[in-house]
Amino acid sequence: MLNRNGNNSPFYLPQRGSKKDFSIILSNFSEKDSCRAVVFLFIWFFNFYFLSETLSAKNIHVGAHQKIRTIQSALKIISNGDSVIVEEGTYKEKSLLIDKSIILIGKNSPVLSGENKYEIMKIKADNVVVKGFIFKDTGLNFIFDNAAIKLDSVTNCTIEKNIFVNNFFGIYLSRSSRCKIIGNELSASQTKETYSGNGIHLWQCREMIIQKNKIEGHRDGIYFEFVKASTIEENKSENNLRYGLHFMFSDSCKYSGNFFKKNGAGVAVMFTRNVDMHNNRFEYNWGGAAYGLLLKDISDSRIFENDFVKNSCAIYYEGCSRVTTHNNNLTENGTAIRLMANSMDNSFSYNNFIGNSFDVTTNSTRNYNSFENNYWSEYKGYDLNKDGIGDIPHRPVKLFSIIIERNRPSLILIRSLFVELLNAAENIFPSLTPQTLIDSKPQMKRYL
Amino acid sequence: MITIENLYKKFGTIEALKNISAEISKGSITYLVGPNASGKTTLIKSILGLVKPTSGNILIDKEKLNGNFSYREKIGYMPQIASFPENLTVEEIFSMIKNLRANTKIYDEELIEKFYLKKEFKKRLKNLSGGTRQKVNACIAFLFDPEILILDEPTAGLDPVSSSILKDKIIHENTCGKTIIFTSHILSELEELAEQVVFLLEGQIRFNGTISNLISSTEKQNLERAIASIMNGNNDEHSS
Amino acid sequence: MSILLKIIRYQFHDISRSKWIIIYTSFFFLVTYGLISFSNDTSKVIISLLNVTLIIIPLVSIIFGTIYLYNNKDYIILILSQPIKRNVLYLGLYFGLTIPLALSFLLGVGVPILLFSRDLKENFEVLVFLFTAGIFQTFIFVSISFLIATLNENKILGLGLSIFCWLFFSVLYDGLLLLVINLCQDYPLEKILIGFTILNPVDLARIFVTLKLDVAALMGYTGAVFQKFFNGNLGNFISLLSLLVWLVIPLLLGIRKFFKKDF
Repeated sequence: MLNRNGNNSPFYLPQRGSKKDFSIILSNFSEKDSCRAVVFLFIWFFNFYFLSETLSAKNIHVGAHQKIRTIQSALKIISNGDSVIVEEGTYKEKSLLIDKSIILIGKNSPVLSGENKYEIMKIKADNVVVKGFIFKDTGLNFIFDNAAIKLDSVTNCTIEKNIFVNNFFGIYLSRSSRCKIIGNELSASQTKETYSGNGIHLWQCREMIIQKNKIEGHRDGIYFEFVKASTIEENKSENNLRYGLHFMFSDSCKYSGNFFKKNGAGVAVMFTRNVDMHNNRFEYNWGGAAYGLLLKDISDSRIFENDFVKNSCAIYYEGCSRVTTHNNNLTENGTAIRLMANSMDNSFSYNNFIGNSFDVTTNSTRNYNSFENNYWSEYKGYDLNKDGIGDIPHRPVKLFSIIIERNRPSLILIRSLFVELLNAAENIFPSLTPQTLIDSKPQMKRYL
Repeated sequence: MITIENLYKKFGTIEALKNISAEISKGSITYLVGPNASGKTTLIKSILGLVKPTSGNILIDKEKLNGNFSYREKIGYMPQIASFPENLTVEEIFSMIKNLRANTKIYDEELIEKFYLKKEFKKRLKNLSGGTRQKVNACIAFLFDPEILILDEPTAGLDPVSSSILKDKIIHENTCGKTIIFTSHILSELEELAEQVVFLLEGQIRFNGTISNLISSTEKQNLERAIASIMNGNNDEHSS
Repeated sequence: MSILLKIIRYQFHDISRSKWIIIYTSFFFLVTYGLISFSNDTSKVIISLLNVTLIIIPLVSIIFGTIYLYNNKDYIILILSQPIKRNVLYLGLYFGLTIPLALSFLLGVGVPILLFSRDLKENFEVLVFLFTAGIFQTFIFVSISFLIATLNENKILGLGLSIFCWLFFSVLYDGLLLLVINLCQDYPLEKILIGFTILNPVDLARIFVTLKLDVAALMGYTGAVFQKFFNGNLGNFISLLSLLVWLVIPLLLGIRKFFKKDF
């Protein structure tokens, strides 16, 4: 929790039977710890006997047993820097507009319900903190894109540790910067893409931090459009209808430690430069158009140390250039790397290709990308000089993948002895597979 | 009693048996003789139900054979070639056959003792000599004390001592009232053992009667010549 | 029934002492052990084992089965002269051969996996499918080989037919299928292809295992019929059922022929 001055250690004073409504004093300490106790006692004393308007910030309690029973009414009397503490209960307040820099805290997870009609909260002020609420049931509205929380043109806001259930959009940010979305849990249960909104939606934002959120059942788990220099870390996005993560036109962003599982179409990254993706895990994205990671028109980016497990297609490259893919584990995917003809100058190195049905497939007969020093579990060569590198180059593109390319139903012959014979023949006399798509330094042992 | 009525068998285009009729009475000992491919084995196999006749009937104790199997409890069969699962021991073979014919509880193990087979009991079949296999084969045929014994070349491959043991056994069983049918190439055996002769040629019975009848009807001095004369077709007469 | 069990028991004794079965078991053991120790990827081991299952088991089963029936002809005659039903003997010989063969595969592959494989649990499901496929392959191809040997008195012809049968099912059939697929590119082939797959026991077993092994790739296919077939239990159910049919039909035909046959 952050107060308006950015101090990380605010104090709450206990009520202790006080009849006064505003009994918690938030105070700022920038002095040493030894001073704290003294100041603390002083403030307590002050609170009991000389409650005054001179304090810079006040706390307003809202709850069924409090004088102020609605957040709406609390917002009317609040001023910049104040805190609103909302107690347990369900609040049906239609749309809340927050236009002052305040701290909004839910105690024991109060529920804010949109009654399936309304947008729940709209934030139009900077430095707002929203923490500890359950946001439920926004209405479906295709014109206004109803969201549980909508932030527009703000900076330095924090949305933390809230739970979002059954909303159209979850957290919707536009034209904002330096906000933090941390530790929220979002779930929705629509089954049709068109009736479902995004979990965390960012449009035209800068320097955002999206961290440790869990998103489930939305259309796109996390959606970025025109977002710059932001970080997405340690989020878990699964079972979303379309993409676990979807971003476009968002340069210089970083993605690390995220977990994407069983999303309708995996993760899509499009029209972007200078992206770093590392240490993410992509798994079980199954389907004709499902990708662990779909890259479309991406350049100058790095994909490293990720795990891709059991996806129909682990990484798909279309119109990509200068993307380096290294030190990833690609395990038991349908297709590990799908490389379209319009991708060039990409490099693939130090990756583990293990037990994929197809390691590399392409629709091109030429190759302008480089493969080197990868480990291929399919590799059947030998290493006579014991330098850890196979003595004959490896051709990761199988003839069978080209046959399937031309004629999808032949997939039913996968792993047939006849097909293995065809592959072996092609391997010796390449005619249909790209001649230069080879790993000249295949590793004998996988990277650990 | 075995009754054969108009037995006809065709293998593809080859007629193996051409409307054979015969009766083998209970307690008789019958020598089935004929050159190669005369239909002896087909006849035996028909009685055993191994070959299914194209037409005609076989009755054993007035019971018609038509795919039933229980009548074979009355029969002990010693095939010409003995073949057993190679990796079983002699003991296991005996216990297996006993298991398969679980209805019979009294075993005639006289031959096992006379052939001194007990000392071979732990050996695997593949390690046995041809003669010993033949002994096992003979023992199995007699093991269940069957009413009918069908012996295909019983003495082939046996040493003279074993051969005479077997012959004694055959005679002994016959005196106990067993019906015996056997084939052999050694004519001297015939004179020793058989009362009845059935002579088969090209799928037909050319002679069926006693040995003395055979000799007298062909007007030859001995059996060998008598048979040779039938083979040459000198004798059209055949009794039944 | 008890007679059947007795025949199976003695056949089992006989075959389990045969040197061929010991060689067969050791082959599986060595291959599996070799794969595990040379490769640290269980998925790679499983893929290689799948090839072994799909190629070696049908070949050995069909040849072994044919020779077995031919070599035991005189023994069959001896047993048939006993008061025993022919179909009981046929089934006795069949199970007496298939059970040791299947066990030999199970032990030969299973023991080294149990002893030496590290991430066994992760791949447990695929292994179960692999073993099921292997056992079915054994039962199916022995069943076919018995049919061939019962139909043909001529040993060389029978053996030749058996080998051709193996070659046809494991290689030629798929080649023809690929040809058909390419010739009829413009037609909706999915249902027909699944139908054709069912007509080949090797393809069936292959699909049965790849349903687990390559599910990610198979799910990447966009056709609705395949999707339905490959996803969920429909594919498993259909392929298991068809494998069973493949086992039973040749067996019944064999029994029928065996019943009428002259020995």
